[in-house]
Amino acid sequence: MDYATLLQILDSTLRLGTPLLFACLAGLFSERAGIFDIGLEGKMLMAAMCSGAVAFLTGSVWLGLLAGIAGSMVFAALHGVASITFRGNQLISGVALNFLASGVTVLVAQRLFGQGGRTPPLAGDARFNEITLPLTEALRPVPILGPLYADVISGHALLVYVAILCVPLTWWVLYRTRFGLRLRAVGENPAAVDTAGVSVKGLRFAAVAITGLLCGLAGAYMATALQAGFGREMTAGRGYIALAALIFAKWRPWQALGACMLFGFFQALALRPDVVTAVVQVKIPVPFLDALPYILTVLVLAGFVGKAIPPRAGGEPYVKER
Amino acid sequence: MPSQANTTGRQATAAPFAIELKGISKAFGPVQANKDISIAVPRGTIHGIIGENGAGKSTLMSILYGFYRADSGQILINGTPTAIPDSQSAIRAGIGMVFQHFKLVQNFTVLENVVLGAEEGALLAGSLSKARRVLADLSREYELDVDPDALIEDLSVGHQQRVEILKALYRQADILILDEPTGVLTPAEADHLFRILSGLRDQGKTVILITHKLREIMEATDHVSVMRRGTMVGTVKTSETSPEELAELMVGRKVLLEVDKGAANPGKTVLSVQDLRVRDEHGVERLKGVSFDIRAGEILGIAGVAGNGQSELLEALGGIATATGRVAMNGSDLPLSGPAANGQTRREAGIAHVPEDRQHLGLIMDFEAWENVAFGYHNAPEYQKNALLMDNDALRADTAAKMERFDVRPPIPTLAAKSFSGGNQQKIVVAREIERNPDLLLIGQPTRGVDIGAIEFIHKQIVALRDAGKAILLVSVELDEIMSLSDRIAVMFDGKIMGFRDPETTNERELGLLMAGVSEGAA
Repeated sequence: MDYATLLQILDSTLRLGTPLLFACLAGLFSERAGIFDIGLEGKMLMAAMCSGAVAFLTGSVWLGLLAGIAGSMVFAALHGVASITFRGNQLISGVALNFLASGVTVLVAQRLFGQGGRTPPLAGDARFNEITLPLTEALRPVPILGPLYADVISGHALLVYVAILCVPLTWWVLYRTRFGLRLRAVGENPAAVDTAGVSVKGLRFAAVAITGLLCGLAGAYMATALQAGFGREMTAGRGYIALAALIFAKWRPWQALGACMLFGFFQALALRPDVVTAVVQVKIPVPFLDALPYILTVLVLAGFVGKAIPPRAGGEPYVKER
Repeated sequence: MPSQANTTGRQATAAPFAIELKGISKAFGPVQANKDISIAVPRGTIHGIIGENGAGKSTLMSILYGFYRADSGQILINGTPTAIPDSQSAIRAGIGMVFQHFKLVQNFTVLENVVLGAEEGALLAGSLSKARRVLADLSREYELDVDPDALIEDLSVGHQQRVEILKALYRQADILILDEPTGVLTPAEADHLFRILSGLRDQGKTVILITHKLREIMEATDHVSVMRRGTMVGTVKTSETSPEELAELMVGRKVLLEVDKGAANPGKTVLSVQDLRVRDEHGVERLKGVSFDIRAGEILGIAGVAGNGQSELLEALGGIATATGRVAMNGSDLPLSGPAANGQTRREAGIAHVPEDRQHLGLIMDFEAWENVAFGYHNAPEYQKNALLMDNDALRADTAAKMERFDVRPPIPTLAAKSFSGGNQQKIVVAREIERNPDLLLIGQPTRGVDIGAIEFIHKQIVALRDAGKAILLVSVELDEIMSLSDRIAVMFDGKIMGFRDPETTNERELGLLMAGVSEGAA
C-alpha cells in the first residue's frame, strides 16, 4: 500500500468517523448525567430526514441544519419527559423512539417527495461543501506532512472540524466548569446533587438537550455532507456503534475521539477491499469487511476492552428519599 | 391530646433558640408521621433526638431540611419564622445535614464533593482553590483532617463522614443535624466524632444528634428530646436523666437494658472448628487459622472491630465462602469448598444462619414476608401441596403464626420485606431461622439498626434458644451486646483469635486492648 492510498483511507476515516463522534459525544453528555440513551440512532435518523428535506425545499443547508437539530431535539425531549419526568425505563423509551424514527422518517419523506422514502438529491448550497484550508497548495510540496495536510486534514465539510473541536470543548465543559461538575455528579449520585440544593431534573434535561443538539449535528452531517440527501435507514446502526465507542472510551471525551476514529477506520477499510486484499495477501469477502465495524461493536460490548464502569446512577430514575 | 414540649430550659427563654419548631404535623396518607411537634433547641448546645425506628425523627428532620413540607406548624430559625420549601432554603438558613447514608459522589475528590452545589462561579478553578484554603482552616479548627485530593471511594467510612461535616461547614452551617451518625463507625471513630461535635458546640454551633443509642445520648448531648409514635414525649436535660428513664419514655413501658439470663449449662461439643482459613477474591488471607469449639447450651460471642475476619468466619461456617481447615458439626466433617459447601447442606446439618447484612443476604427486599420466610426451607414437606406445586396458603398461614410469635409489626404476611422497619425485618429473619430448631445458630450483628424494644426481644430469643440446649455463635461489633449475652468471649483481630475471656471476669478495657491487637504478653 502506498502513501497516497493510506492518505485516502485516513481521509475516509475522518469523514466516516465524524457522525460517530457527534453521536458518541451526544451519548457521553446524556450517560454522564445518568440517562442511558439507546435512541441516538433514532435521533440521528430524524435529524438526517429533517435536514435533508428542509435543505432541499429551501435550498439552504443552514436551514436544513437547524431543522435537523430541531427534529433531533424533539426526540430528545420525548426521551427526557419519559425517563426524567415520568421516571420510565430508559432503555424502553430509547428503543421505542428508534422504532418511531425508523417509521416516521420514511413516512414523511414519502409523503413529501414520493421517491420511496428518500429525499431528492441535494446540490450546491443545499449541501455542506468541502472547505480547503489555507496554505494547502503552498504546503503540498513538503514531504510526508504536506500531502497529509492537503489530502487528509484539509478538504472536509465544516461539520467535520466542528466535531473535532467538540472534543476539547466537551472535556473543558466536563472537567473545568461548574456545569460539568454537577453533570458528572448527577450521573454518579443524584442524591448528592439534590441535597446540595441543585435541581436533578434541571441538570438531566440540560444534558438530554445537549444530546439532542449533538445528534442533530450527526444526522444533518449524514444527509447534507457525507451524502447528498436522506435515504431510509441511512444511519445504518451508527447510533449503536457510537454507544459501543462510548463504552470503549469509558465515557471520556478524548478516548471517544480515538474510539470513533477506530470505528471510522474500519468503515473506511470496507470501502477499499482492494487495499485490504493487497495488504493481507488473502482475498477477504466484501461482506466480511462491511461487517467489521459491527463485529468490533459486539466485541467491545462483550467486554473485551477491559472493565468499563458506567456512571453509577446510569439508567436509574431519581426518586427523592428521606 | 397534643403533647407539649416540656422544656426544662423554659426559664431561660431569654436566651435565643437556634431552632424552634411549633406544632409541626405531617401525614403520609393515613399515617401521621409527626403529630403537633414542638421543640426548642438553645444555641450552642448538642441536642439529642431519640426514639425508636419509625417514631418520626427522620421525618421531622427532613421537614427541617426542606425535603418535606409540614402540613401545619411553624419553623423559627434564630427567632425568625422561616419557610423551608427546599434544601437550598435550608442551606441558606444555615442548616447543614449529615445523612445516615452519605450523599457523596464516590469517584470525586473530597474537594469536588465539598464545592458541589456551592461553587463560586461558572468555572471551577476559583471555587476549588478557595475550598482548599477554607478546608485547611476548618481541619485545623475542628480536628477534621481529610486529604482534600483523596477520592471518596478510597476513604474509610469515618473519613467520609468528616467530608459530610466539612460540606456543611463550608456552606457556613450554624446548625448541624446528624442522622444516626455512629451506625457505621467503629467505637474509636465514634469517639472522634463526638470530640468534633463538642468542638463545634464550643465554637457556638448548634448540633442536633438523631440516634436510637442511649449511650451516645448520655455521652454526647446537653438536652434530649424523646419521640414516640410521631409525638414528642418530652425534653429533658441529659445530666438529669438516666438511660432507663429514656428507654421507658421511648418505648412507653419499662425496658430491660440488661439481658436477663441464668448460668449456662453446657453439654456436648456441637461445633468444632480447627485452623479455619479464608481468602478473599484477591487472594488475601482474611481468616488466618482460627480454632474453637462451641458446646450445646452455650453462647460463644465473637468480639472485634468490624473487618477483622468475623464476616469471613460466619460466611465460611454458613457455606457462603470457600475455606480450608476442618469443621465438624455433631462429630461429622462439613465440606468447606466445592459444590457441597452451600447453605442447603449446612441447614441439613442443623446449622441456621442469621447473616450480618440482612438486607442483602437475609431477605429479598421486594419480596413479600411469606416468601422470605420460605427461603432456604422452601422444600420443607409442610410447604408442598403436591409433587408439583407449593402450598402458598399453608406458607402464608405459617408466616402469620411466626409473625404472631415473634411480634412482627405489622403482622401482614403479604407485605414486602422493605416495608417493615429494620427491627421487624430482623425479627422475620430470626423467626425463620430459629423456628427450624437448629442445633447451631450463627447470628451476625443481630441488633444492627434495630430499635430498643426489638433488641430486648431478639436477645430473649437467643437466650431461650441457648436454654433449650442449642449452640450459638454470636458475632457483634457492639461490645455491650457481646458482654451481656455471651457465656464465653473470643476476641478477633486481623483474622486471628487473640484470646478467650469469661464475661464474668473480663472488662471492656481488657477486651478493647485485645480488639486493638494487643495480646496479653505485650499488655
